[in-house]
Amino acid sequence: MTRFLRALPLLALPALAGCDWVVMNPAGDVARQQANLILWSTFLMLLIIVPVMVLTVLFAWRYRATNRDAEYKPDWDHSTGLELVIWSAPLLIIIALGALTWVATHTLDPYRPLSRLAAGKPVPAGQRPLEVQVVSLDWKWLFIYPEQGIATVNELVVPVDRQVRFRLTSSSVMNTFYVPAMAGMIYTMPGMETKLHAVLNRPGRFEGASANYSGAGFSDMRFPTLAMDSTGFDRWVAAVKGGGQRLDTRAYLTLERPSEKVPTLRFAAIEPRLFERAVQMCVRPGQACMGDTMGHGTHPPVNNRPAQPGRPEGALQKEPGEKGSSPHMSAPHGQPAGNASPEDDGSNRNMTRLDPHALPGRPVSGLS
Amino acid sequence: MSDTLLKTIFGRLTLESFPIHEPILIATFAMVALGGVALVGALTYFKLWGWLWRDWFTSVDHKKIGIMYMVLGLVMLLRGFADAIMMRLQQAMAFGGNEGYLNAHHYDQIFTAHGVIMIFFVAMPFVTGLMNYVVPLQIGARDVSFPFLNNFSFWMTTAGAVIVMASLFVGEFARTGWLAMAPLSGLDYSPDVGVDYYIWALQVAGVGTLLSGVNLIATIVKMRAPGMTLMKMPIFTWSALTTNVLIVAAFPILTAVLAMLSLDRYVGTNFFTNTLGGNPMMYVNMIWIWGHPEVYILILPAFGVFSEVTSTFTGKRLFGYTSMVYALLVITILAYLVWLHHFFTMGSGASVNSFFGITTMIISIPTGAKIFNWLFTMYKGRIRFELPMMWTIAFMLTFVIGGMTGVLLAVPPADFVLHNSLFLVAHFHNVIIGGVLFGMFAGINYWWPKAFGYTLDKRWGTISFWCWVVGFWVAFTPLYILGLMGVTRRLRHFEDPSLQIWFVIAGIGVAIIAMGILALLIQLYVSVRDRERLRDVTGDPWGGRTLEWATSSPPPEYNFAFTPVVHDLDAWYDMKSREAERPVGGFRDIHMPKNTAAGVVLAGLSAVTALAMIWYMWWLAILAFAGIVGFAIWHSFDYDGDYHIPAEEVARVEDARTHSLASTKPAEA
Repeated sequence: MTRFLRALPLLALPALAGCDWVVMNPAGDVARQQANLILWSTFLMLLIIVPVMVLTVLFAWRYRATNRDAEYKPDWDHSTGLELVIWSAPLLIIIALGALTWVATHTLDPYRPLSRLAAGKPVPAGQRPLEVQVVSLDWKWLFIYPEQGIATVNELVVPVDRQVRFRLTSSSVMNTFYVPAMAGMIYTMPGMETKLHAVLNRPGRFEGASANYSGAGFSDMRFPTLAMDSTGFDRWVAAVKGGGQRLDTRAYLTLERPSEKVPTLRFAAIEPRLFERAVQMCVRPGQACMGDTMGHGTHPPVNNRPAQPGRPEGALQKEPGEKGSSPHMSAPHGQPAGNASPEDDGSNRNMTRLDPHALPGRPVSGLS
Repeated sequence: MSDTLLKTIFGRLTLESFPIHEPILIATFAMVALGGVALVGALTYFKLWGWLWRDWFTSVDHKKIGIMYMVLGLVMLLRGFADAIMMRLQQAMAFGGNEGYLNAHHYDQIFTAHGVIMIFFVAMPFVTGLMNYVVPLQIGARDVSFPFLNNFSFWMTTAGAVIVMASLFVGEFARTGWLAMAPLSGLDYSPDVGVDYYIWALQVAGVGTLLSGVNLIATIVKMRAPGMTLMKMPIFTWSALTTNVLIVAAFPILTAVLAMLSLDRYVGTNFFTNTLGGNPMMYVNMIWIWGHPEVYILILPAFGVFSEVTSTFTGKRLFGYTSMVYALLVITILAYLVWLHHFFTMGSGASVNSFFGITTMIISIPTGAKIFNWLFTMYKGRIRFELPMMWTIAFMLTFVIGGMTGVLLAVPPADFVLHNSLFLVAHFHNVIIGGVLFGMFAGINYWWPKAFGYTLDKRWGTISFWCWVVGFWVAFTPLYILGLMGVTRRLRHFEDPSLQIWFVIAGIGVAIIAMGILALLIQLYVSVRDRERLRDVTGDPWGGRTLEWATSSPPPEYNFAFTPVVHDLDAWYDMKSREAERPVGGFRDIHMPKNTAAGVVLAGLSAVTALAMIWYMWWLAILAFAGIVGFAIWHSFDYDGDYHIPAEEVARVEDARTHSLASTKPAEA
């Protein structure tokens, strides 16, 4: 059974040959199991779909009105036996699929640490997962490596065959973190933390992106994902560490402001606990982290920071002069694109042109 | 005038709110304005205003309201489809250095408008229109339970559509996606009028939908002809009943969640914000509690249409009527137990995800049973391939694929890689086009002769059919493939040039569908032109089986001179086989509701209130809202709401029918 399970994707290979169907032919074990699950579920459902489609065409042809040879029974409208079959056939398929779903959903739960690195390859005893903290900012991705003490923007580098534990959050609106070659997607949400466990099994460069619409710069929220062997990874960490720039509160706040098509940036050092403060939305100095004072148990409370100065008021509370105007979509809106003002207004939605500007971090020209 | 005064009067509406910078929109606007002027001119020239106002706009006749819903759906289909063409063109162009022709501002509004319009102002009016037209006829009723409410519901839906259309030329529409997910739709990230347009359009239209749901439930429960027990009710009426139960139970949730979003935006509450304990996830959760039943609200009436069509054109009783009814009920209940499958990837626990995944799969059991029942209705039948039957066969072959990909998406770990991908986009278009829209086309072709007294032209209908079916597969197969290549939705620009070919193919598919829409319009035109050639005087062109075919085409205002008595599920087929005589004498006065302008006035005032709220013109909003309340109270004291059609008039209409029936019969008598 398991051997067949492993062989099944191979059966589909001819259909996929020549195409880069990364979802069906991924580089990470989690995505591989998800692809197998897709094939298995499709196979189970085809058991009923194919006969239905064949019978539809067959009956439509056989019982066409011009075919006077076919039997015609205008009052035949019930058959207990047949009714049992047509309810129980889908039921049996769904029982099989439901069992498969229950097991697979639990094994592939993104919160659950991996039990294996690949088929027949358990996680080596004593291997600690690599922790990567992910913050989706307005239209770029920040990756913090707490263990290594480095951070990057729009570049994710992981060692091959080592479990990675992603902790994810967002600075403003929702996004989803999705590297199709590695594992399924997971939402990043402001004031909340999600988790994802995954591994990449072969070295290479893969695409990552946000899969949930988050505003004007969403289309370019892409990041290369590089899988390297462990020496390569160590070399890369050392190279980033040699860079000089530090990701501190100030740098984070600059980075947080909306910008599009941001090139890869690297930080040689990081301020501790930046991610935890990002989750509780209290990176800005003077902003109390409510989790420190009001948390019940281990989880920080959701989104219960006080309002920040400058947050827009409800429309009914505005004086006439504060109503502003709402120009048509084609008119240039409010603030010009980019980071013209430090206190960005609601112009999250207003960036429609590329505006390169000075961001902290060490830009990388030409990726390795 | 001072700025404060201007702002007090006009709110945030300024000259800049009009698209004077945008040549394309100016041209569009000029075209629309010219077309509008031409239409108004023609109506004036041919002195049709009175006719339009008296016979249509103020009509409380369920048949006319049903037809107006269908017209609304068709007009909005053209707008929604124009958005689709623009998106496909952008995605086929924007690769690498090419940014395409739409900036994010435009593109993001277009995909939002496309979704909102297609669901709320195309699919919903089509579904509601068909139910409105057919249900009272099928159950042998004179009209719906609350005829004025019906007219009011229609105009509220239309007012919602007008509000959406206004955003094209004044201000802008939402840039959030069709469900306006928080916190993106909050004041912090979308301060402009777009989301307000979205909220108010849906709130106004939502009132119409909810009330029409109440109306149809009351109609079906209380107004069935004598003898029509629940289990002798035609299956389309059953599907309408379950649909309206879903509407009445689901739409208040949409109203509530949008009301909370408005409170966040207008009075600064924190239901869905990122601060002060607001929870944007709750918005996602609540909107899908409405959103998933909404899917079934759209598909169940289509299932009803297919059941009627299959039974009629195979010349057979519907196979497994009882299990069809139970399947509808099971789907209705399960529709409320699956909504979490829209956000498996938000980090719910494995057991929660499994539960909702498995409940979703369970829905495929009654759905599968329905497909089998249609299949076995065809078995040992005499299938006539008229247009409605062709759409039904195309539906069966298309929908099973959509259903399969849907069940696949219900497996949480598979959803992790397919969620928000183009695979998902292909899936829901597969069920909405291949299910709902094909069903509506089947229904339009099936009941058109009932509504107008002549059939639709088959040649152009066939061309339209093939363009739609082929176009659908050419447009959406590439999207399935792109989804498996890891490409996600709502992207405006791509890097990988190897993907371009798939988007080009999808664009070709959309062009084929465009020809299908063109052929549909030609079909309507040709049919109206050749209506004498296509005339049907029998009232029963297809050999129908349910009561709507017992009356003339188009039916008289009062539907049935005498309320029919039902003895069998296929009541009309039963009457025909027992050679029941059509009553030709002994007519009595018929009590009918009177036309009223109240629906137009109330919906118009609602639209004004909504537009005033959108643009922050508080004085106008207060005035218009006071107008609504005042007018509604005044109207409720208007007791002059009914009249009698005298027996002589009924006799005259019925005699005319007797003569025309006799003229078509072979000269045997």
